[in-house]
Parts: sequence; structure tokens; C-alpha cells
Amino acid sequence: MLRIDGLSAGYGPVGVLHDLTLEARAAQITCIMGRNGAGKSTLMKCIMGLVPASRGSITLDGVALHSLPAHRVPGHGVAYVPQGRRLFGPLTVAENLQIGLMTRNMGDETRDRVLDLFPRLRERLDQVAATLSGGEQQMLAIGRALCLEPKVLLLDEPTEGLQPSMIALIRDVVLRLKETGVATILVEQRPDAVLQLADRVVFMANGTVADCSERADLSPDAPQFMAYVGV
Amino acid sequence: MKVWILHVAVLLALLVLLLVLPAYHATNLARIMVLAVFAIGYNLAFGYTGLLSLGHALFFAAGVYGAALPVTYLGFAQLPALIAGLVAGAVMAGLTGLLALRTAGVSFMIVTLMFAQAGYLSLLYFGEVTGGDEGLVLPGAAGLIPGLSADAARTTIAYGLFALALIASLLLVRGRFGRTMVAMRENEERSRMLGYNPFAVKLAALVLSGLFAGASGAAYALLFGYAGASFATIQYSILPMLWVLMGGAGTVLGPLIGTAAMFYLVDIAGSYTTATLLFVGVALVLLILFAPRGILGTIRERWLPWLP
Repeated sequence: MLRIDGLSAGYGPVGVLHDLTLEARAAQITCIMGRNGAGKSTLMKCIMGLVPASRGSITLDGVALHSLPAHRVPGHGVAYVPQGRRLFGPLTVAENLQIGLMTRNMGDETRDRVLDLFPRLRERLDQVAATLSGGEQQMLAIGRALCLEPKVLLLDEPTEGLQPSMIALIRDVVLRLKETGVATILVEQRPDAVLQLADRVVFMANGTVADCSERADLSPDAPQFMAYVGV
Repeated sequence: MKVWILHVAVLLALLVLLLVLPAYHATNLARIMVLAVFAIGYNLAFGYTGLLSLGHALFFAAGVYGAALPVTYLGFAQLPALIAGLVAGAVMAGLTGLLALRTAGVSFMIVTLMFAQAGYLSLLYFGEVTGGDEGLVLPGAAGLIPGLSADAARTTIAYGLFALALIASLLLVRGRFGRTMVAMRENEERSRMLGYNPFAVKLAALVLSGLFAGASGAAYALLFGYAGASFATIQYSILPMLWVLMGGAGTVLGPLIGTAAMFYLVDIAGSYTTATLLFVGVALVLLILFAPRGILGTIRERWLPWLP
């Protein structure tokens, strides 16, 4: 599925990712953990082509994503929900979803599937996105990404700042997506969430993979959490 | 449905006004409608796509001369000349966009301004062909529609052009591409993450904007019988921005309202003083203080959220 080999990247002369190797498999949730500045969000942006790779490769089913311009990456089935949601505020829920659908020419079937995952959005189709609650905005951000029918879904701290009921709902959606075969890369800072959701946990430090563990090998008091996340 | 009812009602109201207004105001309204087409074009770039251009005078002048030169030197009839004018506006916008869209924000404003200034200076430089400051006198509206007087033909064509432009812009902004333009305005990086090429979307929006500006310029030259280099001055880049700001950027009817309001503000102020821009300035300050989203933008925000 998605394979990252020896990836180095950064912002101008400042290197952030160094010789990073990682794999995301279909129907698996790969959680990325690490302290602030470890390079988690940069890794996401690099997969999307928003930060160019200076070395190494990113391939999806044999397609070299690292050599594509950023706007062509989603067309290959990679969807990204960044931190901060970033909706198109003046557009309605329906219009936000439509923009997602148009990318890969998806139709009503896809839209209905997304609305089945988030029934709350169905009730608010004509509501302007900027007026939604924080949780609803996050649902819409994820829903819009799912309108691409992605093979790989990148989620950057999707439950940050949300109330517990909303967190539970979003976690449930992530698990349901896994059942449909989506390879999910989830940046998450809470060990409880990681232990509930992950198949594998990748700990990042100083822009590279410091440790990669199967979920079954981790417990709430595993030393990796203290060593790489500080909790 | 109510969106369509509103816009058809506005078009009917304009038709009634054209029939009942005295000749002076009917001619004013024809001029407003032609210029509103220019404002509609500017609104597509600025209001919907977020491209703050200071170079639209170039696209308007491309329309003016794209129609006037073939009429003067090649003996074109009025309709082919109008089409030549709108094509010239679109082509000029495309050429400008290919270079100017490599920049953004203030740089984009400056680059588009430079293009327009270069266009203006070129019109002066080639004054033997373009007429320069003195311009070219065209046949005008007489005989454009057999059986109608010049005034009647002018108002009929102005109305038809405006109606077409209004409906086209409504269809455009409510369609798929319209949503893409708004997405680009709101968050370019997010749009790119969703698979849209910002350069291509913005270029297409600018070309469409140039098409409207070119149509307006061509109609203005053909209906009022004059083409001059003054249409390429910076004033004609700033005017559509003011009309759109006053009417409401990112609203379909805002350009008409803004153009009409500004036209009559200058017209009425002009009967008291030559310092009409002072009144325009005061009006804009008041607008920014009390209705920063423009007339229709404020109405939409406070009372009618369904307005497109």
C-alpha cells in the first residue's frame, strides 16, 4: 500500500525529516506519536506533496507520489484531514462535500455513504460550515476527505479539543473505515486512543522513526509513551 | 427557486424602468448596465476567487479596442465586433494571468497594475492606429436594430447584454466551478490538498472575468460610439473594484447595485461640485464603517443568508 523509504524533507535549509522509513497497510490503522517538533505534521504534508522530499521516496501501489505536484496526490486516493479542520466557511455542508466529491468524480453513492457515517451532517446539509459546532466541523472535514473514496487516509489529531461524545464518534468512524480496507495514518497524542485504535504504533523523534511497535506489544505503562511522548 | 425569482424580478424591474424612465435616465441606466457587466466580471475574480487585480482596465480596454479596431479598419459589423471584443478581453486576461498568477497578494496587484499601465502606454504609443488620447469615433448605436432609434437600440442591447451576463454569472457561481472558485478564495492550500490546481482554477477565473470585462468594453465602445486610451487608465481598474466593494463582493447582484449607486453618487455630486471623488471617498469610508461587506453583502449577512 503506502510505502515511505529513506525520506528526508524540510523547510528550505532546515531539515525536519531524516531518512524516515514507514509503511501503511490496507485495513490497518498506523498511529504516529511523538513530541512537538518530532516531524509528525511535516510527514503528513510531505506525503501530500505540500512539503517536497529532498531524498527518498513515497509510493502508493507503485505510484511515486513524491514526484507528483501536490494537487495530483489526492487523485491517487490519498486524503488528508489536517489539524484545525480548515473548512470552506462560507459554503454549506453540502457544498463542502461536493468539492470533495468533484476531485475524483464521485457521485451520490459516495455522498450517501459519508452521510451514513455522519448522520448529523445529513441534518445540516444546507447550513453554512462556519456556523457548525467544533465537533460537527471535524465531522465535515473528515466527511469531505472521505468523499475522495481514499485508499489512504491521513488524520492529524482529529479529536483535539472535542468533547468526549464527539471523540467516541470519530474513533468509531475510524474503526469502521478500517473495516472497509482504508489504510489510516493517525497522528494522535493520547495513549488511550492509540491503544484503542492502532494496529501499529510508530514513535517519532527528531524527524525519524525511533520505535515501531505492534499494538499488542504495548500496554498503558509501556516505556515508549514516556520516552517519546512524555506521558 | 426564490433565487431565480429574485433575479428574474430584478430583470423585469429593469425592463420596466427602461420603459418608464425619461430619456436621460434611461440612457444612464443603459450605461450602468453595460458597466455592471464589467463589475460582474471583476466580481468573479475578486469577490469569488479572491484575486485583487489592479489590471482590469487592460481587459476592458482590450474589449473596447478589440471591437473598435475591426470596425474602423476592417469594416466589421457590430455583432462580430462585439464578439471580437469579448474574445480580446479573455485572451488579454489569459496572457496576463499566465505571468501575474505566479505571484499572489500585493505582488499580484502590482504585476496586474504594471500590465495595465503597459497597455495604456502602448495605446498612446501606437496613437496613429488607436487614436491615442483623442480616440476613435465609431458609428454608435444608430441602425443597430432596424426600426429602432439609436437610444432605443442602445438600451435594448445594453439590457440584453446585462441580462445575459447576470444569468451567466448566477449559473456560474452556483455551479461546480463557482464552488471551486470560492474554495480557492477561502483556502488555497486546502483546495490543493483536495486535488485542485490553484493556478489552473485562478487562471480560468481570470479568463472568465476578462471575458465579461471585454464584453462590457466592446459594448461600451459600440453603443456609445467612442474608443479611447482613457479606458485603459488606472481609473478603469479602480472603478470596478469600488463598484463591487460598494455593492457587495461575492454577491451576484452586488455589482449592479454598486455600479448604479456609484454612478448616481457621482452624477448627483457632479451637479454641485467638480470634486466628485470627495463624495465617493466619504461614501466608501461610511461603507467601511457601517457595512464593510457592501450593500448586498450586509443584507445577506444580516437578513437574507440565501442570497447568492
